[in-house]
Amino acid sequence: MASPVEGASSVEAQEMRLHFEVSQFLYKEMDLVDRRSLGEWLDLLTDDIRYFVPLMLNVPFRKWDEETSRPQTDTAWMDEGKKTLEQRVKQLMTGVHWAEEPVSRICHLVSNVLVKSASAGTDVGSEAEVTSRFLIYRNRVRNEASIIVGWRDDLLRKTEEGWKLAKRTAYINQSTLLDKNITTFF
Amino acid sequence: MAGEFSAMISAKTSQVDRKIFSDEEIFREEQRRIFAKAWIFVGHESQIPNAGDYFLSRMGIDPVILVRDKSGSIGVFHNSCRHRGMRVCRYDAGNTRLFTCSYHGWSFGIDGKLVGVPGMKEGYCNKLDKSEWGLIPVAKIANYKGAIWATWDADAVSLEEYLGDMRYMLDLALDSHDGTEGGSEVSIGVQKWTIPSNWKLSAENFIGDLYHNISHRSVDMVGIGPEGTSQRRDEGFINNATLVSVGFHERGHGGINVYLPPEYVDARPYPGEIGEWFRAADKARKDRLGENACILGGVGTVFPNMSFRANQPRQIIVWNPVSATETEVWSWYLFDAKSPDSVKAFMREYALRYCGPAGMTERDDMENWQGATEGSVGGVVESFPYNYAYNLADDEQPFEALPNLPYAKNAVIGATEGNARGFYRQWSIWMDATNWDEIRREQMKIKGRI
Ligand code: FES
Ligand SMILES: [Fe+2]
Repeated sequence: MASPVEGASSVEAQEMRLHFEVSQFLYKEMDLVDRRSLGEWLDLLTDDIRYFVPLMLNVPFRKWDEETSRPQTDTAWMDEGKKTLEQRVKQLMTGVHWAEEPVSRICHLVSNVLVKSASAGTDVGSEAEVTSRFLIYRNRVRNEASIIVGWRDDLLRKTEEGWKLAKRTAYINQSTLLDKNITTFF
Repeated sequence: MAGEFSAMISAKTSQVDRKIFSDEEIFREEQRRIFAKAWIFVGHESQIPNAGDYFLSRMGIDPVILVRDKSGSIGVFHNSCRHRGMRVCRYDAGNTRLFTCSYHGWSFGIDGKLVGVPGMKEGYCNKLDKSEWGLIPVAKIANYKGAIWATWDADAVSLEEYLGDMRYMLDLALDSHDGTEGGSEVSIGVQKWTIPSNWKLSAENFIGDLYHNISHRSVDMVGIGPEGTSQRRDEGFINNATLVSVGFHERGHGGINVYLPPEYVDARPYPGEIGEWFRAADKARKDRLGENACILGGVGTVFPNMSFRANQPRQIIVWNPVSATETEVWSWYLFDAKSPDSVKAFMREYALRYCGPAGMTERDDMENWQGATEGSVGGVVESFPYNYAYNLADDEQPFEALPNLPYAKNAVIGATEGNARGFYRQWSIWMDATNWDEIRREQMKIKGRI
């Protein structure tokens, strides 16, 4: 493959392309969520997606690996597949979901995108492990404002229709949630 | 008793003064008069199975440590050092032999005793009496079918007496699905979140508010029942059930029962092996309990701030007061300890899509409790109390399908605000009383439904 960047080796060029595709995917995904194009957002998820938002515990330094609850074993904020995610989207679209009436102003900032499997490639069937950080600002009604910040560990899969999200773990950096509810996606 | 607080609950108790949901002075009095005297739920024994296991909990605004000692018995201590107040346990849960204070280094055993004092010789000339300076213990602890309760007041009646017949309602959450006594455990991890609302509004909701369906209109439109369809609950419940309000007004407790005709009791439409497990357990329960197996649990509240859901979802939820207008909610999820992992996973996934801050049902409750709290603030509204007159006692329809139910006389059909009236009547008794004798005396004056 011809290098798109002058002086880059083909391996480097491939890694850059992967990084470009992946980060564009992540930005697009949250752009759809912020704009409430939630049906289109669902299309970016594989049918077998696992979507996990663990609890975080206050633990000693030596037990740091026990800071988060375990998927499909412990209690979590969210721990679900595509069906429940579709139900959540449906609820947000009813117009009588009081937690989101009037609709909140929500903005997702996605950053620190790091492709962990740099050599994953971009062919159909490729899978890439990607980590990133998020900052979600929510403002609603008159004076309600909250900020949730955290980490994400994702598994992306390249399909005929482009990249899709196959697995997401979103770690909210709070042990007691300092907000009354969660009405968005991470 | 015509005390200051009884005056905030009208004669027929169908009206409640708004300021009890917003006034900071009333909130401070609640800590002294209710939370320092009542039995408070602090955790589940399955959270601390082994010697040295601990779990940080709360009683009202007080942080406490729930810990199992070497003899296997459970202690509950205030989580603050006797020297200068620093918390002696810094982690949500774990296992330890000692709680060592990080400020000056006093250390306490898992039985609460002060065992180590740096500078005992140089600073205290060996005269400090360690037996006087252990962690502050609660006055009484009780274990009811795995649920651990504590009170700061040595004069409190026993937990058994405190619960009265409400224990039958708790049983529906704490007993095993097949009707055998006890056998429940909690899923690891407690959801904790904050709501800008008064704690009583949530306790009142869980005591049995069958009037608030509009709150959950959106989730009912979507359908998230355990089998994945039909509104927000079990299909069988919606189509074939009679909802029953059960109030224990003498003690301020109450909840909802779900009555299913016998033919539906062991016919849950769940898929595959999960459905088989539930139907077998339901059948066993029917054999064990007879016609009373037709009763499944719904929500409930034990005065003052412990609520639960029996059956599905199966949850213990505590409304920890933070201020007049802020509550920290703690939510545990329950299973049968002996149920297979697939059943636990099925119940967990349903509970998480229903309950908690991300739960598609409960997240709308939080919005309403916040708004109700905001509506309780301000000088103008103080002379406009809230209305609790939905189905006054004389208009309630007795539930007579199961005359042998031990609490049959406390049960009425459908929606009523009677349980909430009982809750606020109880609140006023506690707020006007100065000790347990007075509380008991006033409680005994309550006869029948309110
Ligand atoms: S505060 Fe604990 S040792 Fe001083
Ligand atoms: Fe509700």
